[in-house]
Order: sequence, then structure tokens, then C-alpha cells
Amino acid sequence: MKRFEVVSKRKLNENMTWLVIYAPLVARKARPGQFIILRTDEYGERIPLTMAGHDEEKGTIDLIYAAVGRTTMLMDQLEVGDCFADIVGPLGKPTHMEGLKKVCVVGGGTGNALAYPLATGMHAAGIEVDMIAGFKNKDLVILEEEFRAGTDNLYMVTDDGSYGEKAFTTDKLKELIAAGNQYDEIIAVGPPIMMKFVCQIAAENNIPSVASLTAYMIDGTGMCGGCRCNIGGEDKFVCVDGPEFDGALVDWDELIQRNTFYATEEADERAHVCRLTGGVRYHD
Amino acid sequence: MINLVRGKQPMPEQDANVRNQNFEEVSSGYTEDMAIREAMRCVNCRKGTCMTGCPVNVRIPDFIAKVAEGEFEAAYQIISETSSLPAICGRVCPQENQCEGHCAQGKKGEPVGIGRLERFVADWHAEHCGDEKIEPVPSNGHKVAVIGAGPAGLACAGDLINKGYEVTVFESLHKVGGVLVYGIPEFRLPKDIVAAEVAKLEAKGVKFVTNAIVGRAITVDELMDEEGFEAVFIGTGAGLPSFMKIPGENLLGVCSANEYLTRINLMKAYLPEYDTPIQHGDRIAIVGGGNVAMDAARCAKRMGASEVYIIYRRSMDELPARAEEVHHAMEEGIIFKLLTNPVAIKGDEKGFVTGIECVTMELGEPDASGRRKPVVVEGSNHIVPVDMVIMSIGTKLNTLILDTTENLEANEKGGIGTDEGAATNRPGIFAGGDAVTGAATVIKAMGAGKKAAASIDKYIQGLNK
Repeated sequence: MKRFEVVSKRKLNENMTWLVIYAPLVARKARPGQFIILRTDEYGERIPLTMAGHDEEKGTIDLIYAAVGRTTMLMDQLEVGDCFADIVGPLGKPTHMEGLKKVCVVGGGTGNALAYPLATGMHAAGIEVDMIAGFKNKDLVILEEEFRAGTDNLYMVTDDGSYGEKAFTTDKLKELIAAGNQYDEIIAVGPPIMMKFVCQIAAENNIPSVASLTAYMIDGTGMCGGCRCNIGGEDKFVCVDGPEFDGALVDWDELIQRNTFYATEEADERAHVCRLTGGVRYHD
Repeated sequence: MINLVRGKQPMPEQDANVRNQNFEEVSSGYTEDMAIREAMRCVNCRKGTCMTGCPVNVRIPDFIAKVAEGEFEAAYQIISETSSLPAICGRVCPQENQCEGHCAQGKKGEPVGIGRLERFVADWHAEHCGDEKIEPVPSNGHKVAVIGAGPAGLACAGDLINKGYEVTVFESLHKVGGVLVYGIPEFRLPKDIVAAEVAKLEAKGVKFVTNAIVGRAITVDELMDEEGFEAVFIGTGAGLPSFMKIPGENLLGVCSANEYLTRINLMKAYLPEYDTPIQHGDRIAIVGGGNVAMDAARCAKRMGASEVYIIYRRSMDELPARAEEVHHAMEEGIIFKLLTNPVAIKGDEKGFVTGIECVTMELGEPDASGRRKPVVVEGSNHIVPVDMVIMSIGTKLNTLILDTTENLEANEKGGIGTDEGAATNRPGIFAGGDAVTGAATVIKAMGAGKKAAASIDKYIQGLNK
């Protein structure tokens, strides 16, 4: 097996793909909540992705991603047997689990891919896990079987009601709290705007919350400072201080703003990828 | 024969207004004639004071004498005895504070251009003898791990492989070279030169493992207990960029010099075939006055900015950057706003930077560093309109290795604690470079790497007596 070779590839829906990649140096120490930084090839940018799982014995890691940007679209072109140029990790601090008895994990959209290792990891560690998995519609649903097998209670919700219950994740969370569920912690993984409201609901109910943040970063070791965010009035680096932070302390509006920084450039790049014939780069 | 000209032989350079549009090297270096003429300015004074200023004790008068005789390869061999990376040092050392600062010729006129001559000798060697076949060094059977493939790690690995150790270098980035590849721009240090030095080490038998983050993927203790390394050298560099803690620092368009330079140098944002996203500012302020600030400013100009400012709170005399970089930056049209200090960054409703609010400073009494302390001139607040701000005000130490290595002690600065011989409190663990001292220079890091290599050799030989 070659370093960073794609071992298996599975389409979860039109947009989302599950890759298993041979990366033994990462797999041997990986823990739920940690991430990697990858480059598809010499010309690629470095992007962070939270691991969806790992297998220490086989030396593999799992990545679930949505092909929405240039790099993830290029990742879609990799087939079993192809290799990534670079994968470094595990990076960031693992999910904190000590002392927790019962939690609610709230996943939104593609964030469910990242919620998956957290929720199932906590469940495997003996914590009672209620999982709220929210999607826009039926076509975007992923990992239902995996969540059902790996958590205590699964609540599937869609914005339009085309699958599961018609509700936003925040509505479902309020309902579960109102029903008397006593959570030690609420964990939000999804679009920042969803995480913001989930953490607000937690705060209103005096429940601690944790949010898994994503940010632009280069090295993942604290060197570039691109991922800095305001946590309770202090600058923290998502890469080394996070990626999980106390949801009550996150400056959500600033985070949402900072994540739009390269939006224009990214849109240009997407257009560029689409013009590539067969997705192969025009240079080598 | 002595050349009595008081000024240094100039190096041929690209015109300032041409080079500030490209990433080609600023200077093409001396020709053989120029080098001989400059070497003849050295009076070969008996004291050899220049050597006292060199962190790796290059036998400067001896190599210069060989250049004056036209014996360039002999000159290279003399430098190579003590310096691992002469093509790099000749280009990036702050010679005015080191060798050239101690040159006797400097008392009456300009010092001998030692850095320029070192560069010439290294380049001459690469051009004329560069394809020599390097044989792997036979192993002495002892394994040493080097963490970080920057100047400290490369120098340490170079000395250890020459002594026969089996050296493995672990690097967290995808490319080897550390600050030489992610920080220092191509126009000041062409990356081919770094690659050639790395290739030489590889040919001798040094193993490089990229994408390996020690402290996360594997710890120092595991390297020693499970992987069979008898000693470890930690040369992980400076670490986390500092910010000023002023309002507006998290607006869109504010970044650290580390980030800006890494996008450009390591990830080649200036080449169209690379995907690396980068903001193309039109008016850019760089806050700080060190070499990193000069690099960021000169990159910004080359990336197409129409106006680039260096904002520095003290005066020209205190500017810490290498003299040649300041000179080049000024020639290239960088605007120096000295005795100026930012107090806030302003943005529009979408969060994009629109300007930087500054105050004017004046110099008061000397402070702890011996430099005159800048004091705010009351009521001098003014806004410099810019769309991008690059913070280049130093770094804080990264604690990952300290946090993940059993009982490894820090020094008072928060870096890894070491004695004179680069040994930490843990037997077999050595450290050097910015990871110990905080941000310093390439050559100091190399000096520390070499010192550690000597200590590691002594340590392992002692163990196996």
C-alpha cells in the first residue's frame, strides 16, 4: 500500500463521498474530533478536514466531504489506488469526553459527516448519545444507518419534511430539552449559523455547549494564524487551541464573516474546475 | 596586492522597477573578476576579527585569500569545513552585524563584502562542481532523529551524517527547508538552492519524512523508546505569530506575515498554475521592521499592490532588518512610515479593511533593550487608507513539543531549555534555533544545529564506551 493511497471510495449522495485512505502515521494516533490537512497534488492548496474515522490496525483514515470547492472537486477525481500528495495529522485537540454521562449531538448538513465520529465515539465510550441529524431534504441525507447503529437515539429532520420529521435541528433540540432530557453537554457540528443558534439554545437552558469550528488555515500547527477566532474576547487558533470550543464563548458573527474571505476567489476556482475535461489538471 | 578602493564592489542587480514586478533573484552575484577584485580588498589582517562575528566560525580570511588567487574551489572547501549551507548564508545572513561588522576595512570605508564573496564561492562551486557524485556515508549504526527541516535541523543533520549517524528528519509541512522555503522569498533565496542542499544531504543518506508532525502523530518519547533513536534534536522553529491586540485585527484583509509569505513562497500563490488563494491588496500596510516585514512588503509589491507601507514605531536607526533588505525595499518603492504606530484597523460594513489608524511617535529615553523608547505624540491620530494589513511583529513559542514530551523543561522565555551544548534536561534530547531562543536568524539556527550535532556525537559515543 502506498502512502496516502485511496483504499475505498463510496458515494453517499450526489455531492458527498466517503474515502478511506492509507495514512498509517495519522491513523495510529487519531482521535474523534481531530482533523488532517491534505493536498491533492503539487499544485493544490492545503485544506483542513475533520476525520470521519480511522482504523489504527489497517493504518487508514476516513474522510467524508462534499464536493463544493476546487479541492474537494479534485478529490472526487481520485479513484481507488490513486494517491493524495500529502496528508498531515492528526491535528487539533481530540473531543473532550471525560465526565460526560448524556449528551446531544446536533449535526447539520455536511456537518453530519463530522458529527459522525464524535457521536459514535462518545457512544462507544459509554456516553448516552441523542443524535439530531438535520438535512435540507431527502436527497442530501447521509449516514442514517451508521448513526442509528452508533448512537442511542437518532432524530432525523429535514427542512422540507421530505424525510424524517419536518423541522430544523434547533426546533428538535428545544423539543428534546422541553421533554425533560438532562444533557451534560450539547455538541454542535454544522454550518456556523446553525451552531450559533444551537449554542444559544444551550445557553438559555444552562447547558454547556461545544462547537466544532472550521477556518481557513495553512499549516495546522499554529504558524500562520489564519484560523484565529475570538473566543470569549481572546484570540485563539482553531488549529492548535481547537477545533472544538465552548459554544457560549464563540464570537459567531466574526467567525461567519471570516469564513467568507475567499468566497469570490473560490467561486472563480469552481468555475475553473468545471471546465477541466474529465477533471484532470491541464498541467502536470 | 591590495585593492585600495574604500567601497564594496557592487553586485549586478535587476533594476528596481523591473524586479519589483517579478520574483527572480534581485542580484545575479559577482563575476569571477568582480569577486577577485573584492577579495583583494581584504588586507588579511592578523587578528581575523571577522571570524569572531561568525556564528559558525568560517575561516573567512583564508577563503578570501583563495578567492583573490582565483582558487575558487579551494575557497569553497575552506567554507565547507564549518558551514553547511554557504549559498544560503551568503544571501541571508545579517553580515553587517556579524563578520562584516568586525572587518578592519569597515573602520575607514565599507567592510569587505564577505557575504557576497561567500555567495559567489558557493554559486561557483555549484556551477562548476555541482554534478559531482555524492556517495552515501557508511553508517556507524547509531540512529538520530531531527525534528524540523529548517536551518537548524538541516545543519544538524548535515554534521551528523558526515560522522556516520543514521539521520531521519521529520518535517510537518509537505516540503523540506523550513523558513528557507516558506518564509524567505524566491527573489532573495531561490528555492533551487535550498533543494540542491537538501538533495546533497539525501545523497549522503539523510532520510526526510514530510507530513510528520512530532508531538501529535508521534512523540519524542516514542521516537526514543519505540523507534530506536538514541538521540533527538528539536529544531522546530519560532511558532505562533503575534498580533497587536488592537481593535479590528480580525477584519477581512488582516493576516500575519507568516500566512502571507507562506501562501506566496511555499504555496506559490504568485504562479498561475497553483490553486493557493491569496488576497490581492492594492494598498497594503506591513506593521513591523524586521526582515520578515521587508520580505512581506517586497512580496506585496510584486503581487501587484500599488502602494506598500512599512509601519514601524521607532526610527530608521532602530530598524532591525538586514541593511541590504531595507536598501532594496526602498529602491523598490516601499514607503517607510517610521515613528508611526497602529492603534486600530478600520473596516467597512462587510468587514473588509479600509484603513489603519496610527499615531505618531517620538523617541524618549532608552528602554531595557538599550534602544530609545518610542512615546506617543498626543493628538497625532491619523488614518492611512489601506485594504490589507500584514502583521509582522514577531512570534510566540509553540509549546507542542514541550507539552507532549515527558518532563522536558522550558527556559525563561518559554522556549525549550538547553545548556551551552544544546542539551536539554532530558538525556539524549537536544534542541536549538528559534525553538530555544525565539525568533532569530538563519545562521544562528544553523550554528545551534551544528553545536547540537557535536554534543549528540559526544553523548552517543559516551553511551557506547
